[in-house]
Amino acid sequence: MHEVDMTKCLLLSLQEWKRGQEPLTPVVAAVHLQVGDFTCVEPEALRFTFAAAVEGTWLDGSTLEIETVPLRARCLGCTSVYSPDSAQAYRSPCCDRPMEEIVSGRELRIRSVDYSLPQQTSDPAAVPSR
Amino acid sequence: MHMPLSDTLGLNLMAANQHQADHNREHFDAWNLLCLNVMSSPGAGKTSLLERTITALAPHLEMAVLEGDMTTQLDAQRLEAVGVPVVPITTGRACHLDAAMVSGGLCQLQAQLDPAALDLLWVENVGNLVCPAEFEVGEHLKVALLSVTEGDDKPLKYPVMFREADCVLITKVDLLPYLPVAVQRIETHIRSVNPAAEVFQVSASSGAGLDAWHQWVLATTREHTRQAALVEVG
Ligand SMILES: Nc1nc2c(ncn2[C@@H]2O[C@H](COP(=O)(O)OP(=O)(O)OP(=O)(O)O)[C@@H](O)[C@H]2O)c(=O)[nH]1
Ligand SMILES: [Mg+2]
Ligand SMILES: [Zn+2]
Ligand SMILES: [Zn+2]
Ligand SMILES: [Zn+2]
Repeated sequence: MHEVDMTKCLLLSLQEWKRGQEPLTPVVAAVHLQVGDFTCVEPEALRFTFAAAVEGTWLDGSTLEIETVPLRARCLGCTSVYSPDSAQAYRSPCCDRPMEEIVSGRELRIRSVDYSLPQQTSDPAAVPSR
Repeated sequence: MHMPLSDTLGLNLMAANQHQADHNREHFDAWNLLCLNVMSSPGAGKTSLLERTITALAPHLEMAVLEGDMTTQLDAQRLEAVGVPVVPITTGRACHLDAAMVSGGLCQLQAQLDPAALDLLWVENVGNLVCPAEFEVGEHLKVALLSVTEGDDKPLKYPVMFREADCVLITKVDLLPYLPVAVQRIETHIRSVNPAAEVFQVSASSGAGLDAWHQWVLATTREHTRQAALVEVG
């Protein structure tokens, strides 16, 4: 299941982001992804592998919010944007042209992270000394 | 007590793999070689094609292979038998190669030979029509194979692979007389999802169509490495 490897990629990026917050350790509530319909990613499988991978780590308790992005393409015959359909071989319904320019649906993006930072005054133990 | 915050990252989900892939490509460019990533479902004919193609192009190009058959050494042995350096990638069982595995293969390759002497590096990916399309390994171009025995609906069922490919080979065309499948329909479906792809119909058994494919590989490699003009391929 390649979602396992994708989750590893995601965790590496999040760790790098966490390093940018040092010396504070962010408490992550949610990670927001955009996943296009025209990718090899199964959102359900990704949520499952994420939940398993973060157990017992600094990301434990955070949720993965996945916004799916529909496949849209621009017909170069008339410039209209359409939703390619496998039943029509992804061709444009207006001019019967092949799927030339993909407008959306290829996204595999970490959009944002919702988090909180422990406050130094109320929680000094959370700040590692350097 | 904790202030809720939100950071916009806008990062590629695959950024970690992408960084390694970009790094691999920097090596390829420093060595001035072309890297082709060959992908297909299991058994579509990747190794058989490479046996024929490497044999035909050996007088014209210096080549090596990174072999992604991680379960056995069989494919690596078949390709070594045609006289080309082969590095088996033995990172364990996976459903695709990733950029880190290929980076490991490159270290082994460098222990065997000077990659700067190569014109063309083939990567035979793991047989799988799904995820290899999303895991770049640093290749310059993607080559996807589809055998006629798989049916004409596969470009529509696995569209990402055929969309991402720069070149698509319809393989095993020697079997067409025995199959209820129209090769033109396969080609039309490929062109519907990817009108920019080069498409060749080939048979590694009969040799049909291989010349045009070999000319394309040679021309593409020469163009990439800025070498001399196209020559005849036997
Ligand atoms: N008839 C016919 N059979 C072929 C052709 N090319 C390959 N085969 C057969 O198809 C089977 C699989 O070929 P391989 O070259 O091993 O395929 P592969 O894609 O490398 O397979 P994996 O690496 O295991 O995914 C073998 O039995 C080949 O002999 C062809 O052009 N025509
Ligand atoms: Mg093989
Ligand atoms: Zn149109
Ligand atoms: Zn390096
Ligand atoms: Zn995979």
